[in-house]
Amino acid sequence: MKELLVGKLTWESLPHQWWTIAGTLSFVLLGVAVAVVLTYTKRWKWLWNDWLTSVDPKKIGIMYFIAGFGMLLRGGLDVLMMWLQQALSSGNSHGFLTAEHYQEIFTAHGNIMVFFVAMAFIFGLINYIVPLQIGARDLASPLMNTLGFWLFIGGIVMVNMFFVFGGEYAATGWLAVAPLSGKEFSPGAGVDYWVWSLMISGVGTTLGAINFIMTILKMRAPGMKLLKMPLFTWGSLCSMMMAVTVFPLLTATLFLVYFDRALGTHFFTTTGGGDPMMYTNLIWMWGHPEVYVLILPAFGVFSEVVSTFSRKPIASYKSAVVGMIGVSVLALSVWLHHFFTMGAGANVNAFFGLMTTIIAVPTSVLVFNWIATMYKGKIRFETPMLWFLGFVAIFAIGGISGVMLAIPPVDFQLHNSLFLVAHFHSTVIGGVLFGVFCAYSYWFPKFTGFRLNERIGRAAFWFWIAGFCLSFIPMYILGLMGASRRLDHYDASTGWQPLFILMFIGGLVIAVGVALQVAQILASFIEKKRLLDTTNGDPWNGRTLEWSTQSPPAFYNFTVIPHVSSVDAFWSMKKHGLKKPVYEDIHMPKNTAVGIYISLFATFASFAFVWDIVWLIVASIIAIIVTFVIRGFNEDSEYTLPAQKIQQLEEARAHKNSAHHTAINNDPHHDMSTWELVAYLYKFAIDFVKNKKWRRI
Amino acid sequence: MAKKNKNWLRLRWVLVLFLTFLASLSLLLFYLVQGKNIALLHPRGYIAHQQYSLMLFVVAILLIIGIPALVTLYIVAWRYRESNPKTVMSEHKASKSLVATIWIVPTFFMIVISVVMWPATHKLAPQKSIASENKPLTIQVISLRWKWLFLYPEQGIATVNFIQLPINTPVEFEMTADEVPMSSFWIPNLGGQLYTMTSHVNRLNLMANTIGDYPGSTPEINGAGFTGMKFTARVSSDADFNQWVKKTSQSQNILDQNSYKELLKPSEANPVVLYSDFDGTLYDSVIMKYAGSAEGHSGH
Ligand code: HEM
Ligand SMILES: [Cu+2]
Repeated sequence: MKELLVGKLTWESLPHQWWTIAGTLSFVLLGVAVAVVLTYTKRWKWLWNDWLTSVDPKKIGIMYFIAGFGMLLRGGLDVLMMWLQQALSSGNSHGFLTAEHYQEIFTAHGNIMVFFVAMAFIFGLINYIVPLQIGARDLASPLMNTLGFWLFIGGIVMVNMFFVFGGEYAATGWLAVAPLSGKEFSPGAGVDYWVWSLMISGVGTTLGAINFIMTILKMRAPGMKLLKMPLFTWGSLCSMMMAVTVFPLLTATLFLVYFDRALGTHFFTTTGGGDPMMYTNLIWMWGHPEVYVLILPAFGVFSEVVSTFSRKPIASYKSAVVGMIGVSVLALSVWLHHFFTMGAGANVNAFFGLMTTIIAVPTSVLVFNWIATMYKGKIRFETPMLWFLGFVAIFAIGGISGVMLAIPPVDFQLHNSLFLVAHFHSTVIGGVLFGVFCAYSYWFPKFTGFRLNERIGRAAFWFWIAGFCLSFIPMYILGLMGASRRLDHYDASTGWQPLFILMFIGGLVIAVGVALQVAQILASFIEKKRLLDTTNGDPWNGRTLEWSTQSPPAFYNFTVIPHVSSVDAFWSMKKHGLKKPVYEDIHMPKNTAVGIYISLFATFASFAFVWDIVWLIVASIIAIIVTFVIRGFNEDSEYTLPAQKIQQLEEARAHKNSAHHTAINNDPHHDMSTWELVAYLYKFAIDFVKNKKWRRI
Repeated sequence: MAKKNKNWLRLRWVLVLFLTFLASLSLLLFYLVQGKNIALLHPRGYIAHQQYSLMLFVVAILLIIGIPALVTLYIVAWRYRESNPKTVMSEHKASKSLVATIWIVPTFFMIVISVVMWPATHKLAPQKSIASENKPLTIQVISLRWKWLFLYPEQGIATVNFIQLPINTPVEFEMTADEVPMSSFWIPNLGGQLYTMTSHVNRLNLMANTIGDYPGSTPEINGAGFTGMKFTARVSSDADFNQWVKKTSQSQNILDQNSYKELLKPSEANPVVLYSDFDGTLYDSVIMKYAGSAEGHSGH
């Protein structure tokens, strides 16, 4: 009877370790706090109508960002715990974490940082920027987009579910290597949570990728040939192409893992005819392209920023495009470099080593192209450019270590060592994360209509760079000393401890960098009147179409769809003079909660799969189908915005803007410093409590 | 609300500070690794040595392209900064020859690396035996949960978490696994790693050329006890090796089916055990145990 009702879920599996209880408590407290604030300020409706059910890619983009940032903090907490453990756990001391708990933490860290931080930021950026860059009002399928987003949120929920409903996190490394991830060696629910979390978020990614490919291919403004697209759009297109190619493979592989675990099949087991090596191949056929899915949009961001801040077109547009396409095609044929050490013959290893070396060519071309773009430019050094200059140095180190790892005999020594870990953090932090930071400091005025605080932004940049050096230079050296990855303890005689301590200190410095980024955004909101963008949405003298709109752009993006005649479309429009708009009717998609419902049911189903609760599986799947059918009959998913209404909106807005366009001291020298921010917050808090300001919200 | 203070925008000072920081970090690191075993830079074996030279060659080539690129980047950034009175706005696009250069330069360097990489990969293939006047030694390796079992078929002895090797003698490790997820066998001072897997035999050839004790481990995660799955590789003179074999063959411990069953039970941070004798069918039976579970189970 109990089996029928709750499957394998038992009282014993409910949270009982200190960290799961703490996790449960913090989630409950956070939930209550949010609910109280929303109720008190009467914001529930606003949240639901304006945000959660929105199909506006700009709003979905921002929600991706918020979710990704939350997960960045979660994954960052993980890494501080790991590094503290490693700093302490030498010789007789065994630190403060058990081996199992430590393994769960690094699995969670890698998992969350790749799937729920990096992917979130990249999808957030693509959502917000791509439609604006190609002169589109929305996406090929707005419904698919919210669905993709909510499935991604479902993945986040699943991956943190064990905090609340029990079980544990997988302790298998972020890719759940076989046969370690099989039932025999990992009997707990951790791997099942892993499987189902990636299953639903992976489907979300596939849907999102299809949607963006369709959007980019079908919905560009008239005149924008493929070879006139902005480079960020090119990077996104290449990235999404790779994603649709490999994510279905991931989903299929996850199914096989699930079959092995739940139904007792033998795809990847050591016994019964299974072959774990097949898993290694399959997961890396997806895994290698996945890291390039992340980096290509970042390459696009840097191309935009370098060109804009040098006030020049990119030196060789075609080289950049060919470079990005080259990287994405080659990236499909290098996966074996992740396991040269599995024992393949010399020819196979040498072939994949060669392919990997070749990939370094288009990558270097992109970098050289940026240098050539700066040459004879007139360069400004606002924060986006700082992130770019920092990126090149760190990414160069990552590229050099990458090519070292691509040489099979060298890789036999470096594989699975901390040198490898330092390699991919150089590329992922230096490339993807700095790319995202570069992107938000570049497009922030577009998102909000005011610019970011420069002063705190620079401080954040320098803390990040210093913290990175402090953490990862010792990590490279530890790798050379023979330290392997994922160690929760080591002998005192190795002499590694001082280096691990430096790494931990570096982690703290990076944490200060992150705190400063939060402070920067906070300070910018506080001073938003002074920081107001008075340039009609074009603060950097931009080159691409997104800068031709108001900031933040109207929900319909463009009052009039622009005609494009060259690569830097907006730049040439400015040169030839902007035309006066002629208004016409616009068709816009209506908001919908279908994505939320389907994702909710998919999360229920996933949870039920983890714990074998058959009735819930069946019920959820039926619910998903019913939701789809109902939606299918609903023809009323669009509405028309008449030209007149648009004219009114635009005029009201122009009026509002002109009121602000006078005598604002926008000079970055006057930006609030960190200390001034702290003093301000302190005063504000005192005032808030003493004068009972909260009554007036 | 902010004070008028232009200095904070001056990149120059921040740069000086940052470079000082980098220099002191380098000095500190240099000091911290003094006298420590930097395994990959202190090769103590024939294979490790060649892997080390190859690594140095690759790094050198990469730095020859990387350092000038970075220096150019920062010089260009500085020279064409907005505040430099000499910079003017331009619509300058790269000339054909510049475009050709940015493609040809990396292509050339990658060709250089590939031309060296291809034969080196064959020469240093782990399964290739090492030519030497000395008669090679075979050691059979079985990774268990979570310890290493070593069988010396010619000497008739077995050990757990410890091996002794004669200097300048080629050693062929025949490696498999039993009831443990994929693991990896690595003695960084002697040469690169290779995975061990159930139902497979992977062959790793190494040859030590300096006397000493070297740490070995599994850098591939294989479960809860993986951190403690360490062993020592002791390289000694021929005479010392023979001495050690003799002493070991007087040990009380014998590795029969029963004591092997004990070993199969998961255990963490196992102490060293020496066996004077072992069941000769053991190694083959471990492989046969998984027979039919995958194609081509005797390596590649
Ligand atoms: C010049 C370009 C690059 C080359 C030649 C290169 C080469 C390699 C090689 C050979 C490995 C496997 C090493 C091993 O496991 O022993 C590796 C691992 C890895 N690389 Fe790169 N890489 C490059 C760029 C990148 C970029 C741009 C990213 C991400 C944005 C990246 C992320 C990773 C990750 C995440 C891993 C390891 C994952 C793991 O084992 O958990 N790499 N790289
Ligand atoms: Cu790869």
